[in-house]
Amino acid sequence: MQRRNFLLGFLSLLVLAPLQAWAAMWNKAAFEAVKLNDATQSLQIDREINSQDIQVTAPDMAENGAIVQVEIRSNIPNTESLMILVEKNPTPLIAHYKFSNGAEPFIVTRIKMAETSDIKVVAKVGSQYFTNSKNVVVLENGCG
Amino acid sequence: MAADNIKMRAQLKGDYVEVKVLMSHPMDTGRKKGDDGELIPAHFVQLVTATLNGLPVLEAQWGTGVSKNPYLTFRLRNAKLGDMVAVTWHDNFGASATQDIIVTQA
Repeated sequence: MQRRNFLLGFLSLLVLAPLQAWAAMWNKAAFEAVKLNDATQSLQIDREINSQDIQVTAPDMAENGAIVQVEIRSNIPNTESLMILVEKNPTPLIAHYKFSNGAEPFIVTRIKMAETSDIKVVAKVGSQYFTNSKNVVVLENGCG
Repeated sequence: MAADNIKMRAQLKGDYVEVKVLMSHPMDTGRKKGDDGELIPAHFVQLVTATLNGLPVLEAQWGTGVSKNPYLTFRLRNAKLGDMVAVTWHDNFGASATQDIIVTQA
């Protein structure tokens, strides 16, 4: 019930929110951060809730860290954006996807991994952040 | 840049349209040395936008951790046969490329 109220509240916010959110603002501080915590801080993520509704699909082991295919998905209604972070990469923030007008919170992409690490996905839903991770063993550094 | 450096497919699969995109780009991190021993400057796509019939559906900000020749799949709920999906990228050197495609049956 709480969640329903929250979602209704969020929906009304969406209607009121200005539509110029599409401005192309590359988050330099977040993408250049070398520590995971600095990256999430620059993304203004204050608190994360672990959730199995965030799905991260990637191989258990990657022979070549230069190309690791990852599928990410949020099953939480009204997911606005999905972020991919690799904790042990030189710069952990990989990508930030924002969805609108019927785009599903679903992405398949290929990323670089410097070494064995968690792939962490964060979903933004209103003012809340939900997260889940998948560990990938990397045999060959892909961050040249 | 030539538009042919984005390859795209948009297919209706049941109740959603799946868009697959393959871009040609070096995605250099700035940490790798070239044959001359000098660091190759960072050169990477920073922003990817997608529209459905001109309406924004996806905005992606990327760092250097996306693989060379970036691959991307996304799904659209409100799309139908004959609709137009367009994708544009912008890199940190100011270059950009755009491609569009009509939704077809899978």
